[in-house]
Amino acid sequence: MRYSAFAILKNALRGNRDWTPAWRKPEPRSNYDVIIIGGGGHGLSTAFYLASVHGITNVAVIEKGYLGSGNVGRNTTIVRSNYRLSANSAFYEKSMDLWRELSQTLNYNVMFSPRGVLNLAHTPGQMDTHAERGNQMRLMGVRSELLDRDQVARLNPGLDVSGSARFPVHGGLLQPDAGNARHDAVAWGYARAADQLGVDILENTEVVGFLKEGDKIVGVETMRHGERGEIRARKTGVAVAGNTGRVMKMAGVDKLPIESTVLQAFVSESVKPIIPTVTTFGAGHLYVSQSDKGGLVFGGNIDYYNSYAQRGNLPVWEEVTSELIAMFPNFARLRLLRSWGGIMDMSMDGSPIITTGPLPGMYLNAGWCYGGFKATPASGWCFAHTIANDKPHAFNEAFTLDRFKQGNPIDELGAGPTPWYH
Amino acid sequence: MRLTCPYCGSRDHQEFTYRGDATAVRPALNNTSIDDHNAYIFDRSNPDGVHQELWNHTSGCRTHLVVERNTVTHEVLSCKPVGPFARKLK
Repeated sequence: MRYSAFAILKNALRGNRDWTPAWRKPEPRSNYDVIIIGGGGHGLSTAFYLASVHGITNVAVIEKGYLGSGNVGRNTTIVRSNYRLSANSAFYEKSMDLWRELSQTLNYNVMFSPRGVLNLAHTPGQMDTHAERGNQMRLMGVRSELLDRDQVARLNPGLDVSGSARFPVHGGLLQPDAGNARHDAVAWGYARAADQLGVDILENTEVVGFLKEGDKIVGVETMRHGERGEIRARKTGVAVAGNTGRVMKMAGVDKLPIESTVLQAFVSESVKPIIPTVTTFGAGHLYVSQSDKGGLVFGGNIDYYNSYAQRGNLPVWEEVTSELIAMFPNFARLRLLRSWGGIMDMSMDGSPIITTGPLPGMYLNAGWCYGGFKATPASGWCFAHTIANDKPHAFNEAFTLDRFKQGNPIDELGAGPTPWYH
Repeated sequence: MRLTCPYCGSRDHQEFTYRGDATAVRPALNNTSIDDHNAYIFDRSNPDGVHQELWNHTSGCRTHLVVERNTVTHEVLSCKPVGPFARKLK
């Protein structure tokens, strides 16, 4: 069923009895052309672009939980492409191009809202680095605006720009075309669109091992409703975010340039519209935006130690909330509604991996650190291209697994091989 | 999460600086293998379970510690000093 205003009206007149589920719940077949492990945003978008761009529709997406139960439903929904290095800039701008059309492409409202992402600066030196990054963005064709303090104040009336603030605001860098999208809708929209093209989405099906012929991956062993099964495929893609270490160990790949850590996120009670843009604090690490329901959605740094627990520790709460209040003193009396943690696959240079290998018949999509949501469309688009053609597209040819050994890391922050600092 | 420093006792983990995987050992100075150095700098086993890791008690005695911790439950199994100070502990 095609979604439209007309469909809403027609179904309303018929008492809303005719709506059908957005995607099927098929039984797994024994053989597919391509298996994608991980039914998150990246896995589902990969399946969608495999079917829609490359005509490969005999595809299964294997998800261990329910759809949207992983990081695609746990992030702070920010979509931006304000990068400094050209490999990142080109890739994330490709993602922005896909975001702009995504609701139409999928016939599903992903509520993409290009409200602007504002990075604050609190020192003259930081203004210089913002100017540099803004110029780098413009060279790559990404719009950017360097704002002074008064422009920031006009854009964000709730912000404390007074000289008495703990970290007085000097100005900021605005990417006006960046913003937010509804994270669940992205998962549901890709799932529905892929399903309509013939992709099987297998929920509650966990990969518990790989089928190998020699070194070559020829499929997966699964656990579904308490029963073991086997699904074979010519090509197997892995897009499992924080579980990359776990899943790759099953395939016999014991070491990767990735460490898993926990990132916490927070949402406050709902208030009337108060923050028009996504706003980030420059004297620490905090990003905040307001959801359409009115809650303030915010997060900061990862808990910096290795972790597979989907929960973090209290020092991050203290740091993040104190930074929020330093920016917006009037939020001090808001109550927190929820907080949660998700597992991040932190790579050694803070940039992702979309590549063929590391084993024959296998393809790897990993290392998203805590910026995977904005990449969802381009990640799937590039991963589908890589799987279909057995070689990367120009947009992801720098995101290899051996770039570290080759001396070509893409270290946006210049932090070195310290995953907990990216 | 609290770590038990052998010198200072049980302290909040915020007093410590995380230094990563303790099983990654720098190759010998005369080892010129790029693969060995690459593995030391970039490759990690990233286990879900018991992880050996280095922490420094930055806001305390500044001793380097090898901590054995479960990455799934955050349970700390042991904290042992490493480096020259390790010998002085009775």
